[in-house]
Amino acid sequence: MSARTATVAAGGGLRGRRLRDLMTNPWARPRFLWVVGIAYVVWTLLPVATAALFSFNSTRSISIWSGFSLRWYVTDPNESVLNDPDLRHAVVQSLKLATGAVLVAVPIGLAFALALDKWRGRGSGSSNFTMMFSFITPELILAVSLFLLFLNPFKFIGLGTPSQLLGLGLLAIPYAVIIVRSRLLSLGVQLEEAAMDLGASPLQALRRVTLPLLGPAIFASAAIIFAFTLDDFVMVKQLAKTGADQTVAMAIYGAARTAPSPAVNAIGTLMLLASTVVIVLAYLVYRRSARRSGARFAADREALPV
Amino acid sequence: MLYLLLLFVLPFYVILSVAFGRLDPIFQSPVLVWNPLRWDTSILSFTISNITHTDGIYHAAFIRTFLYVAISMVLCLLIGYPFAYFLARHAGRAKGLFLALFFAPFWFSYMLRMLAWIGLLQDQGYVNRTLQDVGLIGAPYPFLAGKSWVLILGLVYGYVPYMVLPLYAGLDRIPNSQLEGARDLGASPARTFFRVTLPQTRQAILAGLIIAGLPMFGDYFTQQLLANTVGTKMIGNFIVDSLDVPIFVPRGASLILVLIALLVVPIMYYLRSTARAARARPA
Repeated sequence: MSARTATVAAGGGLRGRRLRDLMTNPWARPRFLWVVGIAYVVWTLLPVATAALFSFNSTRSISIWSGFSLRWYVTDPNESVLNDPDLRHAVVQSLKLATGAVLVAVPIGLAFALALDKWRGRGSGSSNFTMMFSFITPELILAVSLFLLFLNPFKFIGLGTPSQLLGLGLLAIPYAVIIVRSRLLSLGVQLEEAAMDLGASPLQALRRVTLPLLGPAIFASAAIIFAFTLDDFVMVKQLAKTGADQTVAMAIYGAARTAPSPAVNAIGTLMLLASTVVIVLAYLVYRRSARRSGARFAADREALPV
Repeated sequence: MLYLLLLFVLPFYVILSVAFGRLDPIFQSPVLVWNPLRWDTSILSFTISNITHTDGIYHAAFIRTFLYVAISMVLCLLIGYPFAYFLARHAGRAKGLFLALFFAPFWFSYMLRMLAWIGLLQDQGYVNRTLQDVGLIGAPYPFLAGKSWVLILGLVYGYVPYMVLPLYAGLDRIPNSQLEGARDLGASPARTFFRVTLPQTRQAILAGLIIAGLPMFGDYFTQQLLANTVGTKMIGNFIVDSLDVPIFVPRGASLILVLIALLVVPIMYYLRSTARAARARPA
């Protein structure tokens, strides 16, 4: 083996050897895996990139390119995102629901995580179990059961924006709980105990020590919940009542089934930008403040339920 | 906890009440029956018999759904494992970049990702035009006219990130020293992989199959966007369709019940294994 390598290396130099290896064994590990890695990324991202590209198309087609224009964003008087009242309303509704879901889910998730952390007695296991069960159950099952709930026994709420918010809250709470809890685990109990040894009441210790340390985790969960509820489809569609409850995902779905137009690509691209900005921002803030307080991001990631 | 109780546990009970309830004779709308002693099982048994009998209305859809999901899960694994392996072991300095690119689809709207494929697969789309330019086909191939393999590829495309995530976490946890040890002791790369790496990721593979597979069972929109023919309808489509007609709502509820009953085993397995893994990990 080594003799062969030596002769080949002497004969053709390093580049010749590499070429030779590639010829005799094109499946050689790292090179093959690099191809896999790049192919995977191209495969997952290129279609989305083309969809974004066609939002700038100057004609109605989403598959034949005819030149750059902002027609579907602003200039078209009837059908652009800016001027079509339905699309404009869908953007507003999506943003409204995502913000609302953050406001519903983050405080509840935070309280839930703190409670699970402290509460050692009966019930904490089954509460956690119930939450994880709802986390892993297919969304359609949750959506249909909520649909039946708001249609009949909870008629006073009914279908529409409030029920959409409650449904998104149900989907989003586990995210907040998981992120906050993993941060709690990596923080440990020492700091809180030290605060109480120094004379703080449990409530003071929570408010002055634990909550500030949880800041990055709370922020991260808010961002993740925002980005993910912004694009939710199954729950929001099932609990919608009228056209006024239509979100961007529903608008894309409706148009994709009947008459796709670049305006739909444009609205999707806008949402994509919005969630990307939120996530990148959250990541930067999280990394900065997590570093400052000395905890490692990797330690938090370890606790994810995967 | 109250939130979960109200919006998660109670709805399950509502499903039971609707599925075992009766129809209002005048309005033909479902009437909930809260008392378990007065539950009527006729609609559930109607649904079940339509699943088990070969000429039942749901029989074909159930078989089809399981087949589609199984094939999609296998494909997800075959695509996801090498990528996760690359990400965990060989991406080197580009790892951060690849991780970011990998996470990107999680923040993209599922609908937009499917819309992208509709644009690509249309008769004048890039895929058809490329195939025609190369000369493989003469006329545009009708990708979007109810082809089950297009639907399966759509499912794979949609859910493969959920497969990669646990696989990457599992592979990343294996210390390099173990692999070096195996190589030093004379194992070939292939042998190292099959004897050291693969057995340690069995948990991650199962988790990936479950996380990627479960949502596929509740998927109906991929079918509507990429295939949309009666011959490719999945369970999810039947559930959603039945909710549009009041007299069929109890049928939809009983379909949901059957689906929950079938999925509860993998769900429980997943929850127990993650709980065990969390306990085994040093805090």
